[in-house]
Parts: sequence; structure tokens; C-alpha cells
Amino acid sequence: MSGTFVQEFEALSTAATTESPDWLEPVRRSAMERFARTGFPPARDEEWRFTPIAPIAQGSWRPAGSTPAEVSRAELAPFMFGHAEWATMVFVNGAYSEGLSAIGELPAGVRIGSLSEALRADGALLERHLTRHAPIEGSPFTALNTAFLREGGLVYVPAGVDLARPVHLVFVTTADAGGTVTHPRNLLVFERGARASIIESYVTLAPGQTYWTNPVTEVAVGAGSWVEHTRIQRESERAYHIGLTQVDQQRDSHYRAFSLAMGGALARHNLHVRLNDENIETLMYGLYLTRGEQLVDNHTAIYHDQPNCRSWEVYKGVLDGRSRGVFNGKVFVKPEAQKTDAKQTNRNVLLGDHARVDTKPQLEIFADDVKCTHGATVGKLDEVALFYARSRGLPAAAAERLLLYAFAAEVVDEVALAPVKIELDRLILERLGGF
Amino acid sequence: MLEIRNLHATAGDKEILRGIDLTVNTGEVHAVMGPNGSGKSTLAQVLAGHPAYVVTEGSVFYEGQDLLDLEPEERAQAGLFLAFQYPVEIPGVSNAYFLRAAYNEIRKARGLEEVDSMDFLDLLEEKLKVVEWGPEIMSRAVNSGFSGGEKKRNEILQMAVLQPRLAILDETDSGLDIDALRIVAAGVNTLRRPDNATIVVTHYQRLLNYIVPDYVHVLSAGRIVRSGGKELALELEARGYEWLEEGVEAAS
Repeated sequence: MSGTFVQEFEALSTAATTESPDWLEPVRRSAMERFARTGFPPARDEEWRFTPIAPIAQGSWRPAGSTPAEVSRAELAPFMFGHAEWATMVFVNGAYSEGLSAIGELPAGVRIGSLSEALRADGALLERHLTRHAPIEGSPFTALNTAFLREGGLVYVPAGVDLARPVHLVFVTTADAGGTVTHPRNLLVFERGARASIIESYVTLAPGQTYWTNPVTEVAVGAGSWVEHTRIQRESERAYHIGLTQVDQQRDSHYRAFSLAMGGALARHNLHVRLNDENIETLMYGLYLTRGEQLVDNHTAIYHDQPNCRSWEVYKGVLDGRSRGVFNGKVFVKPEAQKTDAKQTNRNVLLGDHARVDTKPQLEIFADDVKCTHGATVGKLDEVALFYARSRGLPAAAAERLLLYAFAAEVVDEVALAPVKIELDRLILERLGGF
Repeated sequence: MLEIRNLHATAGDKEILRGIDLTVNTGEVHAVMGPNGSGKSTLAQVLAGHPAYVVTEGSVFYEGQDLLDLEPEERAQAGLFLAFQYPVEIPGVSNAYFLRAAYNEIRKARGLEEVDSMDFLDLLEEKLKVVEWGPEIMSRAVNSGFSGGEKKRNEILQMAVLQPRLAILDETDSGLDIDALRIVAAGVNTLRRPDNATIVVTHYQRLLNYIVPDYVHVLSAGRIVRSGGKELALELEARGYEWLEEGVEAAS
């Protein structure tokens, strides 16, 4: 199976070397070699124990075309919850669509655009960051993404710039995506004291299609910067999605992530954050809403490498039908990372009798003067709370939806950017059936 | 309005109500008193339809309908209201949203038009006066982080908005300081009308100084062991419950 990828790799590299900076080709090649050596993670791999990737590994996936399929603005409208002035990059089946994107005027030094364009024009900037944060050794999926690294979004905010307008990266699939794989590669760089809100959406116009999205997003959060990063995964419920967000934070920075996962037959998001210096704050919120036979997996890892940092993590799940949730939260605290304050919570509500969650905190703490806690719950909605709402006149189904909404709202309320919060609210209400 | 006949109820395998008979007519205020564990809160919760209790015997008729046949929401839509002893916190849902949802569900069930949020705010303004509150409370999440007193006041506010025909107050006085008690009691009194009725469940006589009952019933071991006028509450205050509990022993 990796043989197919190698052939495609060779075909691509002879065709496209002129469009890439010199340093990148060996990086891609070593990533390809690594994947050819390792293949997909075997079933016994502890990291993938609850997430059967056989349908991906055994599937045959062709590369999506390099020209974007025809999509109208009207078709995209439901996914464009932001204001018109937001900078928006649209990728259709992995290819950048200049026509659907709207970047607008940018402050001096800010770069927002497609990675393919940046590979031609900004090779030096990319060299400092691209592939430097997400190591190919991290996972075969990252290696594969790196081998096929061609397109994605680039956001660069120079020192001291407050990017008042949020940036929305939209990856949309169409009916043409059936049977294809894309490897979106995003690079988000925030220099010292920058401030920005980024939204990354994976959506579909073909809810019945089977395809595979294999994105990697690298995020460099410079000293003293403030970054809000929202990820919305609404792929087809027959699609596969294996994504990595790899974050490096520097001194005095604040990074807050919110991850909503609703789509995918099998969808995994790895969120890895490394705290490279002191006085860093990291907030990680997540919500997954699953139904039918879906499996949604969130693997998070936070690396407390330095002292006096705080990380706060809350992931919540609502699981209906026969769906499955997987949560794994790793917290590594190095010996020198004294005064670390890390809290992790994973709470799940099972609606279906056949829904199931595998939740596993994994704390490895080598410093002694730290405050690290974790907690996980899996249960049904509180019966007394349901009775309370019903005793006020709300029918049982409405009372249930209200309490589920309340359960989700606890994390959604942490989203700082109001239009995003409103959109998340809307999506959750829509999924719950309104009330 | 309410006819309870030989009501038995269990929680798990424990029988808590062991034959309650009680009749409440419109315009009346009944106090149900009794020591801890006598079943008085269970009675309140059974009437509202709490799923933790199973009625094993007896009947309850409310305005001619078999109350025990109705779901909790149908009881609320029919005009029954239970002020909870321990109101539930619902983080993430504003007090205003929750109350309007409840108000509209009850209107819908009665074939009335739902009100929009603007009209509802006008209505609220009026009702907030009942509990001496400003509008700020409405944007807070339901009971979330409320003090004990605030939670009880919020129950009375809900009652003011939903305008029940039969209100049951389950130990609404417990944990209240004297100011909160005065506000809560004044709220209840404001809402008294000749065409509704109130059942006040309480351990102490104190609340009955403010909400004067027409009848007082004393529960012991799941039965009403004595009924009387408001002076019975004063007698209980002076003598405690023991003399009545001994009476039960002697009778059985």
C-alpha cells in the first residue's frame, strides 16, 4: 500500500520541483522514505489502540486534482459565518481557490495566502518554520503529509501586530472528492507580541462521500503573543480525517484552542503543544458530538518543558447511537518545569445505550513542586436536572436538549471571538435538534 | 382541587409514604409539617412526578384528572408547580432563556401563542418586583453559583412567572436568613389568589408566621397523624414532634 504513495510521490516530484525551494525537496523525500519504511501504524500500536485505521490503510486513495472543482459562493455561504471583512482562504478538494478566497488589505508585513504561492515567493520565511515544528517521526500520517506537502494556508503576523480581522481557512470537499486523499499543510506564525484569531474549518458539500483528509497545521506562537485557534471538523460522516495541530509556544504567550468535531466516519485530531519557555498559558477546549457509527478521537499532548506555566484543558463529548469517542490526554512535566499548573478534564454524556467512550489521562510528571490534576467522567444526563426542567413544563425531549446544550455551552463559552461562539452555538443546537 | 387518597410511595425498596389522605380546595393554604424522614418532601416530589419514587397504592386527583397518569411536564402545564428544596444548577443556560422556554411550553400546551423575548422581558420586569430583584439576575445561568437564598428566590420568581394553580413549596425556608425568608414569604403571599392553592412543606413553624396557613397537617412515618388549624403549628413549636410520634406507636 505504501508503494502506491511512493509512485505518486515520484511522479509529483519530477513534475513540481521547480515550484519549491531547494531545501524542501530533501525534507519531503526523507518523509516519504520514512513512511515507506514504517507504513501505517499497526493495530497493536498503543497510540492507535482504540482507533481502527484499517479502512484508511487498506483503502486505495487517489490524489485529488490540482485544479479546484467548481463551487459557487452560494454553496459555501453556510460555512462562512464570519463577517465579510474577515480574511478567508478557501481550498476546494485541497486546491486553493483564489476566486472564492478574500484576503483584503493587510497591515504591513502580514502575509496571508496559499502555501503554494508562499513556496514560490517566501521560501526563506518558510524555511524557518515549515516542517520545523511537526516532526515526521511523530506519526506516519505526519510523514505522509510532509511527503505530499504542496498546499494549505499560510498566516504570518509580524512582531507587535494585532491582526484585528480573524482569518478563516476553509477546506471544503465536493462530490469530486470521492476516493481521494488530500494533505493540507498549514503554517501559522505569530512573532513577538502579535495577536490573532484563526479559524480552521473542514467542511463538505458532499455529506455522503468517502474521502480522506490528512491535514497538518504547524503553529509558532512567539513571545508575548496571543492566539486563539478554533478548529471546526464537519467532514462527511463517511469520510476519514486524521489531523495534527502542532504548537510551539514561547515565553509569556497565550494560546487558546477550541476544537469541535462532528464529522467523519473516523476522525482523529492530535493536538500537541510544547511550552518552550516560562510564564506561558495554554487553554485547550474541545467538544465532540457523534452519532450513528461515528468514531471521533482526540489525542492531546502538552509538554511542560519549562517552569511557571499553566495549562488548562476541558474536552467534552455527547455520544449518540452506536458511536464511539476516544480521548487521550498526555501531560508531560519535565524535572525543571517547577510550579507547573496543569488541569485536565474529560466529560462525556452517552445518549445511546450502545455508545461508548475510551478515555485515558496520561500524566508523566518529573518535577515535584507542581499542581497537576485530571478527571474523567462518562455517564448519562443527570436525572434530577431532567426532572427539574420537566417540572417547569419542558417536554422530556426538550429538557434533554436543553441540558445537553448546557453541557456543551460550558466549553463553547470559553471561545473569545463572539461570531465564532455564535456559530458554534448554532451548530450545536442544529445537531441537538433545537429546543 | 387536589384529592389524595391512601397514597403509598416507595424509593427503592423502602416505603416512605404509607397512606396519605389530603384534600386541598382552591383558595386554601395547607402546611405539611413533620420531623426529618417523615415523608413530607417525598409527598411534594411525588405530586410533581419525581422519577425516583414509585406510587404503589392510592390515588391523586387534581382538578378532576388522575395526576399520577401525567408526566412531570404535563403536571406543570396543568398548573402544578414545585418549588424545589434543592434547585438544580444549569450552567450555560441563562435564567431568562430557561424561564421563557418554560413559560412558552406551558402556553403552547394551553393553546396560547408563544411570547417573543421582548414581550417576555416586559412581563419579567413586573415579576422581578415580587422577589425584589433587578434584571441582572436574568442573564446569569440558572441557579449557577447562586447562594442558597438566591436559589430559593429564583424558585419564587419562576412561580411568579408560571402562575401555577397549585404551588407546592418544599422546605423553601430551609437555609434562609431572615431577610430572604421575608422576601420569599412576601412573594408567596403576593401570588395568593382565591382561585389557586398552596401547600407549604416545612420543618419549622417560623415560615408560617409569614405565610399563614388555613390548615396544618403533621406527617409522621409516612402518614398524616394530626390535622388542625394554624394553632397546631404553634403547639408543635412549643412541644416538638415527639408527642405525636408516640401517638403513632400507641395507635399501631
